[in-house]
This record gives sequence, structure tokens and C-alpha cells, in this order.
Amino acid sequence: MQPRTQEFSKLAARALGDTQVQKALLGLQTGFDQARQRAILELTPEAWDRLRDRAREIRRHTLERLDYYVGLLADNVVRNGGAVHFARDAHEAAQIVLDIARRNGVKLAVKGKSMVSEEMALNHLLAANGVEALETDLGEYIIQLAGETPFHIVAPAIHKSQEEVAELFARKLGTPEGADAEALTRIARETLRQKFLQAGMGISGVNFAIAETGTVCIVTNEGNGRMSTSLPPIHVALMGMEKVTPALEDLGVFYRLLPRAATGQRATSYFTLVSGPRRNEDEDGPEQFHLVMMDNGRSRLLADPELREALFCIRCGACLNACPVYRKVGGHAYGWVYPGPIGAVVTPAMVGLPKAVALPFASTLCGACREVCPVKINIPRMLLKLRADAVEGAPGQRKASWYEGLTFRAWGRLMRSERTLARARGVAVFLQRPFSRDGWLQKMPLPLFYRWTRGRDFPTLARRSFHELWEDELRTSSPQVPPLR
Amino acid sequence: MVRASLFATCLVDQFFPQVGVSTVNLLRRLEVQVDFPVGQTCCGQPAFNSGYRSHALPLALRWLDLFQDSEYVVVPSGSCAAMLKVYTPELLKDNPKDAQRAVELARRTYELSQFLVDVLKVTDVGASYPARITYHASCHLLRELGVSSQPLALLRGVRGAEFAPMEAATECCGFGGTFAVKYADISTAILAGKLRAIEVTEAEAVVACDMGCLMHMGGAMRRRGMKTRPMHLACSHVPKSSPS
Repeated sequence: MQPRTQEFSKLAARALGDTQVQKALLGLQTGFDQARQRAILELTPEAWDRLRDRAREIRRHTLERLDYYVGLLADNVVRNGGAVHFARDAHEAAQIVLDIARRNGVKLAVKGKSMVSEEMALNHLLAANGVEALETDLGEYIIQLAGETPFHIVAPAIHKSQEEVAELFARKLGTPEGADAEALTRIARETLRQKFLQAGMGISGVNFAIAETGTVCIVTNEGNGRMSTSLPPIHVALMGMEKVTPALEDLGVFYRLLPRAATGQRATSYFTLVSGPRRNEDEDGPEQFHLVMMDNGRSRLLADPELREALFCIRCGACLNACPVYRKVGGHAYGWVYPGPIGAVVTPAMVGLPKAVALPFASTLCGACREVCPVKINIPRMLLKLRADAVEGAPGQRKASWYEGLTFRAWGRLMRSERTLARARGVAVFLQRPFSRDGWLQKMPLPLFYRWTRGRDFPTLARRSFHELWEDELRTSSPQVPPLR
Repeated sequence: MVRASLFATCLVDQFFPQVGVSTVNLLRRLEVQVDFPVGQTCCGQPAFNSGYRSHALPLALRWLDLFQDSEYVVVPSGSCAAMLKVYTPELLKDNPKDAQRAVELARRTYELSQFLVDVLKVTDVGASYPARITYHASCHLLRELGVSSQPLALLRGVRGAEFAPMEAATECCGFGGTFAVKYADISTAILAGKLRAIEVTEAEAVVACDMGCLMHMGGAMRRRGMKTRPMHLACSHVPKSSPS
């Protein structure tokens, strides 16, 4: 998938004008975000906070020794009879999956939900090489039929109305028009059930990978994940290398955090642990188990002490639901796999900062993301760091507008000298006079700034600055009313 | 007697000096000896938040120099106070001596409501304002400084004021500094939700502790002809008898 991160403004404008998308985004707020808050209240905020701290501690510990735990995980997967593959980037990872499919003559692969496979644009590569890859998560299935990308990390098709899905199914699957949600789900279920039985390969994501046991853990609500990993003769699990965690008991922390933060659930409908292929005594399960561990920019985040925390992420999507910007522009505006606040941090590491430079700036820095994050990632601080990298960082990273640079240079000069500032203000106060309406401007004929007045008035400079008021009146005046005490 | 130096902020100095006047009068009424280090300009936040750290740096040093002898620094803005308290020590980290000075000065620096309630231990300043008011919790004040109850406690102490809580008061108004012009349409779309929440309260004034948010909301309220006015906390605390 070619990143469209450079088109952020255009894609955002499209979303702002799309009434269905706006409606869906409102639902996200009431659905997910409020459910999350209720789940925390039930657990008690204190217990929630302790869990978050514990999770942070586990993530910090793991990432400081990532090479060790990745090695331990790989050893244990092999000990369990599985195969481990390391991929430097998304292209390499996709190629590995294709090679496994080819070696085994696979013509059809069923997929559970995997954001990592989106990074790899896996479906395209497989399809181009004669392997049909079919999404089996209902939301992913819908967007695959629609030829779109996920709108949200945990709810990929949340932007589509029931009517749109009915229309899509009618067009693609020949189902009767105007089907309701239940009928649509049944149709998807019947279509997919056959495919599960025919598929030569099942592909899944990984929510957590346990180093000490060589186990991958998959958290889902639809059961498709379990079918993808147990019915086909081959199971390929895809993970970003940061998803490793030391011990099985860590799940006691993460599995309490993830469903609550993501959807407000105490637990998901399915919670699957896979430790390698079928053993002799097992009644079912795949004959082959492959674990693909992918870097794809993650070591860049790991190497930067100011960005490393981004790898703490457990992909719950809570920061999306809380973000005022995501809640207006939705997932497609961000132009790549990971949207929202966490997307604005990890996307530059994966596609390159110059290409994704719009994303770290597309934030009000309100901090809601940090507040809701189940592992307390300080996203605003990382956005600030990426902004500084984009403006003043290494030459290859830089991508700043010359106009903005000039503006800040001029601004810096004014702010460094109160005399220059006072002179400039005198001129500006004079110039603004004809345009002022009771202390407000309705238009500002300046590049960039004119956009402010498209929807808002802008205040005029006060006739006298506070500096002047202080010197003229306040410095020597005594309190104008008698003191209280 | 408590001595405090006012860091007025550039917005107040240039656009809203009456907020500075109200702050001085309020503090003096509480028997604080107020001074205003002349020559102060901006905390550097606009440059810092836009990635231009080299332009923010001299302003951080300017703050250190001008306020180094201050007992307390009082800032009538949540985001500027957050810039000084949270980010300035980080901005100066390459020079340990300055960074240390910044840490020490940051410890003595307070946002206005924080200073009144946490340092002076006052929640009733004898103010009266007979009108329906509502409150917007500015993001940096709330989430960077953790100040949530102080402004509300102060508003409860205002005689005659009828407090109408705002739905989703802690949600961003969409300002975000340069974000408001860079992504003006997203900014105004976020703002629209805030304006609806304000409208429902039927308040005469929306009070906040940051002129950034207030000029953003205020500019839109004026554009739409809403009757609600933006009002800084310091101004809602000007005693009736004061001529400001």
C-alpha cells in the first residue's frame, strides 16, 4: 500500500464533508469511549491506574532487553515445533508469507485481523501471485470487499452504515438488497465458513507473544481468529517484534487492560493461545506453525529514547476514540495503516518523516490520548519531538515550510526585544484601525493567518499593551479595593 | 507578605491587557506584593510547539534572567504555565546549569488558579458576579499541570454567579496554537462541538484560565452572534466595586 500521508489535508477535508463518516465518528465517542470509561469505573480508577503502571513497567523492561526476549521467544517457538522468520521490513515479511504459501501450494488463505499485515500490504502481494487472501473478521471482510483500508485499529469498518454494507454485499455477493444487520452477518458467516474449510493457510495477527513459552495470544470477538488458526493445515502468525512479553503471567495485566481500553469489555468473546503446531496427542490444529517477526521501522523507534515509548502500544485504539482530531477526520485521512495520535507517532518511523510530516502537526496537543492510554504513552511529547525533527532535525529528516520559517524568524526577533516589539505594535495598531469592529477583525489579509478568520473573528491588538498600563497606572497604584483580610 | 511576579503572557500583554490588570488587582487585594518584570514577552510556546526550538530557547533564557529573584511567578494561562513548568527545563537540557535554574524556577511558578488555591489557600476572594456562567477546562491546565478542582472552587466562591456545568467541559476547543491556522477547517469543526455545548448552558460568560482558548472560542462566538462572552477567570473575580 502506497502511503497517502502527504494528502492528509485533502483526505481530512473529504471526511469533514462526509455526513456518514461524521455520524459514525459520533457513534465511536458514545460507543467505545464511554464504554471504556464505564469499564474503568467498575474496576475502580485506582485499580486501573495500578494496572497501567504495571503494564508500563513490563513494557519498559521488555523493550530494554528486546533482543533477549525476541531470541527467547524464537527459541521456544522452535522448541514447540514451529518455524520462526525475521523480516527487516514489510516487503521482506510479505515475501516470507508468499514463499510459505508457494512451497505448500496454497491457493486460498483465510486471514484473521492483523494490522501488521496491512503494513505489509499482504493481500495485494498474495493476490498478484495467485493466492487468494480472504479477510474473515467481519469488519475487515467488509473493507476488503469495498477495496478500502481500515478506518480504525479495532473497528476497521466502523465508518460504514448498515445500508452501505447491505448495498456492498448486494453488489459483490449478490445478496438481496436492504438486508438487516443480522442477515448481513449471516451471509458473511455462510460465505466465510466454506472458505475456512477450503483454505490451505490461515494467517493471524498477534496481540501478545509470550517469550518463556513460545506462545502467541490472539484477542478477538468473532471467533474467526480461532478458526483461521486451527482449521487450515498451516498457521502463519504475523507480529511486530515489539509485541513480545516475557511471561505468561503478564497476560494477567494486559488482558485486563486491552478489552477495557478498546471496547469497554471486561473480556473479549475469544481469547486464543497458540503454542506451535498440532502435537501427536492433539485432535486438531495446523500441521505447520510459522511466526513472522517484523521490524519495519520499529528499531528506529527503539533507538530513539524520546520515541521508544511508542512501542509500548498495545493497539487498543483508545487514543483514536479520545482524539478530537481523529473524531473529526477519521482513519482514512491519516493516509496509512495506523491513524490517530499513535499513528501520528509510528507512521513517520515506518514511512519516513518527510513523507508523513503532516501527521505530527495534525494535533491540538490536548493530551486526551495520553490520558486514556492504558500504558500511559506520552504521545503529545513525542509529537513535539517529531515536530522539532521536522523543522530542525537532521537534513534528511527536515521538511519545513519556508514561509513558516520566515514567520517564526521574524516572530523570534520581535519577542527577543521588547523595544522592537513595542515599535512593531505601534505600526500594527495603526494599520488595524480601519478593519477593527469593536475590537475584532473579520478578515486577516495575511498568508496562513487568513484561515483563522474563515470561521472565527480575531482579536485586535489592545490600544495599550499591558506593559504600558503597568508603567502608566499599575506600578505605583495601591489596591483599588480594601484587602479582604 | 507574599511577593509574586506576574508573567503576563504575550497574549495578555498585546491583546487582552485587562486580564493582566484584573490579575494584579486580585493579587493585591489578597495582600500579595505584585511586581511585573518589564521586558518580558513570551514563554516561547508557539515556537516550541511548532518545532522551532531554537527560537524558543532565547525566550526560555529571558524568563530565567528576568524572574530569577522572584519568590513566586504567577501566570494567568494554563498553557504558558505548562510551557514554563513542564517543557522549559527539557528545552534547556543541553545546558545543565540553565536546566537546573529552570527546574528551580519552575517549582516557584504557578498558574493563577493554582497559586490562589494551592499557595494562598484562598477559594473565596470576595468576588461577586451576578450572572449565569460556565467553565471550560483548558487542556494544558488540566492535563499537563493537573489543575482541575482549583478554578471550580474559585468559581463556587463567586457571589451571585449561577454555575451551569458544560457538557464535555474537558474536551479541547480545537485551538492548538498554530494548528488553528494550519488545519483551520478541522479546528473549526472541533470548535463547533464546543460552541454547541456552550450554547446549551445559556451562560452569559464562558470562563477559562487561558486566553488562547478564550480568544478561539470568543472569536467564533462573536462570528456567530452568540450572546455568551469569553471571560478569563481573573476577570470573573474582579470585585464589583473595582472600576476595571
